[in-house]
Amino acid sequence: MSGNIEGRKRAALLVAAVIVIGGTFGYLMYGGLDKNVVYFLTPQELLAKGTKVVDVPVRLGGMVAPGSVKWDAEKLDLRFQVMDGVKTVEVHSKGAPPQMFRDNMGVVCEGRFKNGVFESTNLMIKHSEEYRAPKAGQTPQEMYKEMFKTLREDAKS
Amino acid sequence: MTRLIGHSALLVALFVAALGVVLAPIGVKRARQDLVRAMYSATYAMFALVTAATFAMIYALVTHDFSVGYVAQVGSRATPLFYTIISLWGALEGSILFWAWVLTLLSALVVFWNRDREGALIPYTTMTMLSVSVFFLILLAGPADPFTLISPTPPDGPGPNPLLQNHILMGVHPPLLYLGYVGLTVPFAFAVGAMAAGEVATDDWIRLSRRWTLGAWAFLTAAIIAGMWWSYEVLGWGGYWAWDPVENASFMPWLTATAFLHSVMVQERRGMLKLWNLNLIVATFALTILGTFLTRSGVLSSVHAFGEGPIGMYFLVAIALTLLVSFALVAGNSEALASEGRLDGVAARETVFLLNNLMLTAFTFTVLVGTLFPIIAEAARGVKVSVGEPFFNKMTLPICASLLFLMGVGPALPWRRASKDVMRRQLVPPLIGAAIAAFAAIAIGARQVYAVLAFAFAAFALVANLREYWTGIKARMQLRNEDAMTALGRLVGANRRRYGGYVAHIGVIAVAVAITASSTFRKEYEATVKKGQVMDAGAFQMRLVEVYAREEPQRSRIAANVAVLKDGKEIGRLDPAMNFYPTSQQPIPTPAVRSRPWGDIYLNLMAFKQDGSDATLKVIVEPMVPWIWFGGAIICLGAIISMFPARRRSAAWVGAPVPADGRGVAPVPSAAGIMASNSLEGAD
Repeated sequence: MSGNIEGRKRAALLVAAVIVIGGTFGYLMYGGLDKNVVYFLTPQELLAKGTKVVDVPVRLGGMVAPGSVKWDAEKLDLRFQVMDGVKTVEVHSKGAPPQMFRDNMGVVCEGRFKNGVFESTNLMIKHSEEYRAPKAGQTPQEMYKEMFKTLREDAKS
Repeated sequence: MTRLIGHSALLVALFVAALGVVLAPIGVKRARQDLVRAMYSATYAMFALVTAATFAMIYALVTHDFSVGYVAQVGSRATPLFYTIISLWGALEGSILFWAWVLTLLSALVVFWNRDREGALIPYTTMTMLSVSVFFLILLAGPADPFTLISPTPPDGPGPNPLLQNHILMGVHPPLLYLGYVGLTVPFAFAVGAMAAGEVATDDWIRLSRRWTLGAWAFLTAAIIAGMWWSYEVLGWGGYWAWDPVENASFMPWLTATAFLHSVMVQERRGMLKLWNLNLIVATFALTILGTFLTRSGVLSSVHAFGEGPIGMYFLVAIALTLLVSFALVAGNSEALASEGRLDGVAARETVFLLNNLMLTAFTFTVLVGTLFPIIAEAARGVKVSVGEPFFNKMTLPICASLLFLMGVGPALPWRRASKDVMRRQLVPPLIGAAIAAFAAIAIGARQVYAVLAFAFAAFALVANLREYWTGIKARMQLRNEDAMTALGRLVGANRRRYGGYVAHIGVIAVAVAITASSTFRKEYEATVKKGQVMDAGAFQMRLVEVYAREEPQRSRIAANVAVLKDGKEIGRLDPAMNFYPTSQQPIPTPAVRSRPWGDIYLNLMAFKQDGSDATLKVIVEPMVPWIWFGGAIICLGAIISMFPARRRSAAWVGAPVPADGRGVAPVPSAAGIMASNSLEGAD
């Protein structure tokens, strides 16, 4: 080590620089987090929050209410209801649905709550990791069996 | 029977590994070479036993032995053989077993390549590897036991997660990831070994650490790129990176390892940053364990939800132990870690390395905060939040741009001090390149500031890195009368580390440009098309030929056959599909991609009528995407070039054949020779 005093000065400078850089960075990060944290709410929580959650980015999670899915293929317009067992919220989405919606399926919608309707910009299907054997009569296989039949007859004709 | 073999092999392996950990300090302290050798043998035995257990599991999977817990969880008689085999890493227990296998393999390799070295470094390094192995073997013995008994034996199982049996890349990405991720344990073990042995002042361990980090880093790079590719090809949103916790978990150690690969050069050249480098190695390893904890404990829900296991606490304890032991050792070695050199001038390569490390650390920290924030918020305030992509993008874009810029400045500046003349000579050509690229980007319609900056800085870095080759080749051609190709070969041969690094830079530039271009110029089109009708997609049109169904043993598939047209002429067919698995509640989409070097046409089947009369298609036209994968390959190539020592006649090279005419590439030495060679790297 040459010149202990100088070494100390150097160290002090270095510490100061680290503090300044770290502080700036921390401040930016805090600001960034503040604006970009998206709350994850159930329909019940969303409705309970009232005006606080109107027109701010939110993730709404719940189940697709049975029989509520309305899909307009021409306009690429999708409407359905999300429920959590207590409350339901009407969801509207432009664009095609992510593949297919099924009743009682877990879904997460990203978007904003406006005029009593949740305008969703992004729909995510919850990939449940539980491999329960589906109950009889519920298997997708059976649901689509019929479809295959129709399609095959189509192919023959 | 299979179950019993696998189970006992793991238990014995645990016992042997623990025995090795105990033998190490006794052997070193009492100078008992026989005990040290016994520990080395224990390492080999541990590897053999875990290999046996792994093969037992593969055998159980292939023979559909549903009495084995893990097989009952992920196996199915209908699953094709390839996906049955790779379901070894399809769920928690199997992936921990595979992890342990890679870890014990690397432990055995560390011993095999270094067993004849003198001193306490290798014994203590091996002890560290064994300790980490003990941790994973404890997991396999208890909370993540893959060989539990299922009674009565079920006739069939559910099969692997549908997402994991949908693409061949699932056979590629996990092994690469494990080799990279687990590989980062080795440099950590060398660091701990060096500190325990009191040998941090010597450069031996640093050289070993650097080479192992480079190898692991190459695998990790390939794994991350393969993961991006998988997500692009399978998930159907046309993207490849979403700041998902699982992606972040693999990315953070990559960032710190990248920082280490750069800052280690400062230590080797100038004797500075010793303490910093040690901390980077420790941080890298801690981040791999943290990443595993985040992805495997179910503490975060993510699209990669692999299921929840009871192993969260074990990992937290492991992280705490890692940090405690490391910091205690660092504190004990602080005398030896004092800096020798110091900064002479601001404009020098050292400064660029410091800035690069600062940026990479800030990058890591951002990703870490963004990833952990939801957990902290939930624990502290009981709210469920997610940190959106905007946060990550906003915070990391400036960092990425700076890194691109530094990637050009670093190679252009000399060590210690740069005169104004040198600066001008070196930096003006790249700046001209940057200006041209910026104008070109604006001309073709880039409007976001960061997109233009990214293109400009990428051009800057590209010119700077290519110039290094150019000036080197030119000098050799003039001084030694070599032709250009010979000059290139010898230039790289004599300075592999340096020129391999520049190759990696060029790969990173390719990836950066491809990501910027594909996200800036991406266009999406959606429409519902009737059979025989056409939808517009920018320069292309899509004609729905038919919707058809196909039944496969493990799934049913509904696909659309779509003709891709350009100016009314058909240029190809794409078949985007939806797959229905009996165990999954929703269909799994499979997009169809037409890849060309200039870009991709990405087609997704979104919905269809039951009678097959119409289908809703989503078309995404993205330029330059394939360059992400090419760029990844170039980065790995650079790492491979850098890994081997330069052409030097040193102990390990005596007897290496030199071609009669003195031309051609350096002979490839044996792996053991490389690892054991004490040869100094070529002077940069």
